[in-house]
Amino acid sequence: MKLPIWFHRFGSPPYVYGLATALAPWLGGSTLILLLAGGVWGLAVAPPDYLQGEVYRIIYIHPQTAYISMMAYMVMAVAAGIGFIWRIKLAHAVAVSAAPIGASFTFCALVTGAIWGRPTWGTYWEWGDPRLMFELLLLFLYLGYLALRAAFDDRDKADRVSAVLAVVGIVNVPIIHYSVLWWNTLHQGPTISRLDSPAMDTSMLIPFLIMVAGFTTFFFWMLLRRLQAEIVEREHGTRWLQSLVRDGAA
Amino acid sequence: MGGNGAYVWSAYGITLGVLIWNVWAARSRLKRNLRLAARDGEPEPEGRQPRVSQL
Amino acid sequence: MAFDAVSLIFRRDLRLAFRRPSDWAIPLLFFIAVSAMFPLALSPDRFGAGVGETAVAATEADAEAGGGDAVETGVAGRPLYGLQSLGIAVLWMAALLSSLMGLDRLFLNDVEDGSMEQLMLSPVPFIALVYGKLAAHWLVSGLPLIVLVPVFGLIYQLPLATSLMLAFALLLATPALTVLVAIGAALTVSLRGAAAIIGLLVLPLASPILIFGARATVLALDAESAAGPLYLIASLAMLAVSLGPIAIAAALRVSLE
Repeated sequence: MKLPIWFHRFGSPPYVYGLATALAPWLGGSTLILLLAGGVWGLAVAPPDYLQGEVYRIIYIHPQTAYISMMAYMVMAVAAGIGFIWRIKLAHAVAVSAAPIGASFTFCALVTGAIWGRPTWGTYWEWGDPRLMFELLLLFLYLGYLALRAAFDDRDKADRVSAVLAVVGIVNVPIIHYSVLWWNTLHQGPTISRLDSPAMDTSMLIPFLIMVAGFTTFFFWMLLRRLQAEIVEREHGTRWLQSLVRDGAA
Repeated sequence: MGGNGAYVWSAYGITLGVLIWNVWAARSRLKRNLRLAARDGEPEPEGRQPRVSQL
Repeated sequence: MAFDAVSLIFRRDLRLAFRRPSDWAIPLLFFIAVSAMFPLALSPDRFGAGVGETAVAATEADAEAGGGDAVETGVAGRPLYGLQSLGIAVLWMAALLSSLMGLDRLFLNDVEDGSMEQLMLSPVPFIALVYGKLAAHWLVSGLPLIVLVPVFGLIYQLPLATSLMLAFALLLATPALTVLVAIGAALTVSLRGAAAIIGLLVLPLASPILIFGARATVLALDAESAAGPLYLIASLAMLAVSLGPIAIAAALRVSLE
């Protein structure tokens, strides 16, 4: 099967590095604008909620960080799987770049969720609640991926062994997502569903979506930056890197 | 903020902290790696895995 | 031919296990020790007997209808712990931890003496052979647990029906546990001193089993239907048993590269 040229380009570290250098500033700028606009809108401009009062404003950060935590894992697992099956080193580089970002967002989702839970449900945490348990499992999967990598001296082996773990853990993501539908949990149902019209008022929906977009661009911005760092580390001693660095690092 | 202000601000604050950490960590990693690449004799041998603490 | 090979591996692993009693005995002894010693750490004046029995020093017992875990107040108003609820938790955790202990010998011995490579090179699909090893491992690690657990239910004054439910839930859960532990073992087989990492990997993955298993047992204690959690454990087990060995085979191959 003859693959298009762009497919091969994405396997080339210097090409991807250059792409990242070009794209990152745009992503960074968009992130700043989106998060600032969404944050201010959500904190100050949007009206207080009928039921929850002011505390509901956490809706502008908690679901978004949770969504990113799951998306990051998908990125990590898919990349690791691609790297494993087709032996593409750059794919592993993407996976290892996504991991710390995903872990931090999972942590953030758990903490903001706990903070939100206290005034609304009366408790910070509920052992045995499916969504909380599986989100916590997600955090352990991220940490396990990174810890497993660190235990190997040979980078290739680290890549491939941890890729198996990443792919095994992928079942967790749909479980987290559907847990609120499958079980009667403390957690509320999905806020935005593809098929139904959202239950939120427009004045709240717009900042909600802006924050979704802002966090997404943030994730990819950070992914590109970490990917650059990872490429530089893996490509030590290569000619293209030497000339890049000599010309003044981008 | 109607009494629940602490919750909202701490949630936003922690999120901001996570975002800032991400930016700082990614940036410092990239800078460090570029600095190491510029130096011809890099201190770390080929293929050596970074420690988890270097996140 | 494939089935012959699988049963050969199965019988070989069993034979090896019986020649090295420490392999299967130590995890079981660990389970016994943990389960039996937990009550020693409890102060007798602080735990109530649980459902249907009067606590040792209950004064204003919280008369919750049907609650096996009612917080009764004893001397000077300090809470009493339900021994039965504690027992359920302890037995499940002990089962989980004891399956972790069997990790090392799952694959390490074969990798070290080169037989794992031979198995990989055989014309029989490697996954089939993995199944054979897992089946043998379950027989010497999971099955004894299932048999032992009702006995230990007695220590915690669990009614027989509850203990049997525990055993049944373990029957459904131990295949999944075997697979999960094997995944951890396969990922770390080429590492020296991998013990700590394996715990970090396997225990969180096993947590749903723990949650649902304990839940099923508690429901049985309350004389309610435990069907829900049991179905969930069964589906987790099916997921693990069908997909897990693929990951195990892949991890073993990578470790031996």
